Amino acid sequence: MPQTRRGLASWLLGGGVTASIAAFLYPVLRFMAPPLIAEATVNEVSAGKVQEFKVNAAKIVKFGSTPALLVRLGDNEWRSFSGVCTHLNCTVQYQESSRQIWCACHNGFYDLNGKVVSGPPPRPLEEFTVRVRGDEVVLSRRG
Amino acid sequence: MASLKGKPPLIGWLEERLAFDAIQSFVAHKRVPKHSATMWYYFGGITLFLFGIQVATGILLLLYYRPSAAEAYESVQFIVTRVEFGWLIRSIHSWSGNLMILAAFIHMFSVVFLRSYRRPREITWLSGVGLLGLALGFGFSGYLLPWNTISYFATKVGTDMAAAVPLIGPTLARFLRGGDDVGGATLTRFFGFHVAVLPALTTGLLLVHLFLVQSFGISSPPRVEEQNRASGGPAPEMPFFPNFFLRELMAWYAALAVLGMLAAIFPWELGEKADPFAPAPAGIRPEWYFLAPFYTLKLIPSHVWMFEGELLGLLGFGLLAAWWVTLPFWANDRSGGERTRLLTGTAVVLIAYLATFSALGYWK
Ligand code: FES
Repeated sequence: MPQTRRGLASWLLGGGVTASIAAFLYPVLRFMAPPLIAEATVNEVSAGKVQEFKVNAAKIVKFGSTPALLVRLGDNEWRSFSGVCTHLNCTVQYQESSRQIWCACHNGFYDLNGKVVSGPPPRPLEEFTVRVRGDEVVLSRRG
Repeated sequence: MASLKGKPPLIGWLEERLAFDAIQSFVAHKRVPKHSATMWYYFGGITLFLFGIQVATGILLLLYYRPSAAEAYESVQFIVTRVEFGWLIRSIHSWSGNLMILAAFIHMFSVVFLRSYRRPREITWLSGVGLLGLALGFGFSGYLLPWNTISYFATKVGTDMAAAVPLIGPTLARFLRGGDDVGGATLTRFFGFHVAVLPALTTGLLLVHLFLVQSFGISSPPRVEEQNRASGGPAPEMPFFPNFFLRELMAWYAALAVLGMLAAIFPWELGEKADPFAPAPAGIRPEWYFLAPFYTLKLIPSHVWMFEGELLGLLGFGLLAAWWVTLPFWANDRSGGERTRLLTGTAVVLIAYLATFSALGYWK
């Protein structure tokens, strides 16, 4: 407890200054925290027209805000996976020669079911369902 | 080592290594004259304080702002609607910029009325005027950054005036705009000026200004000097630390209170996104500190005798500015004679002109 008037005054002053500093810092800290942007989760996207895709070739298409890999294996055979490598988030690519999915970052390989063949990826790629509606290729999330 | 006794060891350790002694003895000897006009001494410090606020809030805004025509408006909108306290930080940045220029003007006019520009402080004056010019540059470049309609057209008008300068005008306007017209290139450029070029220049000039103020000490008006000479005793003064320093701190606190109140009660508006292909709406005007020349140029007829009106106006302002900047060199008679009285008169007229024309420019 402050014993004297002077003690009380300096206690009040110190308390006031501390309170004001806290009052400045709080908004500043809140300001620096990035706001959560409500990202609408996409469950289905149209990848394009059937004619745009060649057999034994792949294309990266946008699935919401992340890339998806769409592989056309035959006239009516399609596969699609999340394009994000399960190791450290690189974007994967389809390797026509080996018919595997390859991540260039650390030489990870997945087969055409999304399973890890070799390299550091810990989990298989998430697989999407591919449907052809008319001449449009539609990808959708499973489950 | 005597001074280290009785202190926490860490403080003592730091004191020794940071040469506190030198700073302490400098501060201990610094004095501030005490007289009826002492209150005007606070405005330089207030300007500095508001500049500090500008730096801090400006850095914060940089976390979210994006300097491109496609995204600038949206990013500011994001700041004021989605980021927590974003509206407050942005409002403080705008208000504090305006108050800083106001404080700088008050500081400048008090220097004139108290005759603090006299020998040997001519360069201090020049550096101060330079800093004011930089502050206006900050204001002009920062105005465009939210990329709203008003600022877009005000920048068109402002850079158009630059184009009217004889000889170098067109080059100057192209340089400012980063092209033939105000557009995305202008925005990027103004952003660069606002956050890199001007801060760098300001830091340098500010150091010069503060160094000179420290080396020459604070000047007393001639009237007070005379009184002191007549009375024969020591001139009334107070130690800078802690007496003046704490008072200055209180002034900052008060400035902060005014700033916080304005920013919270009148949040700075964002307006509508600029559309280069839309016609200019009514009510386009620059920031208040450019209103007086803006309105004056509006009044000058397009042709006076054989000269273009705009050119004539610019010439007038140029001469006025040159006359004002060189003031310590022609008003430096020590006797406080006719020329100083003339200066006081013109300074009063100048303030009256700025006040009325700014008001007219605002309301008309
Ligand atoms: S990120 Fe794909 S293998 Fe490392």
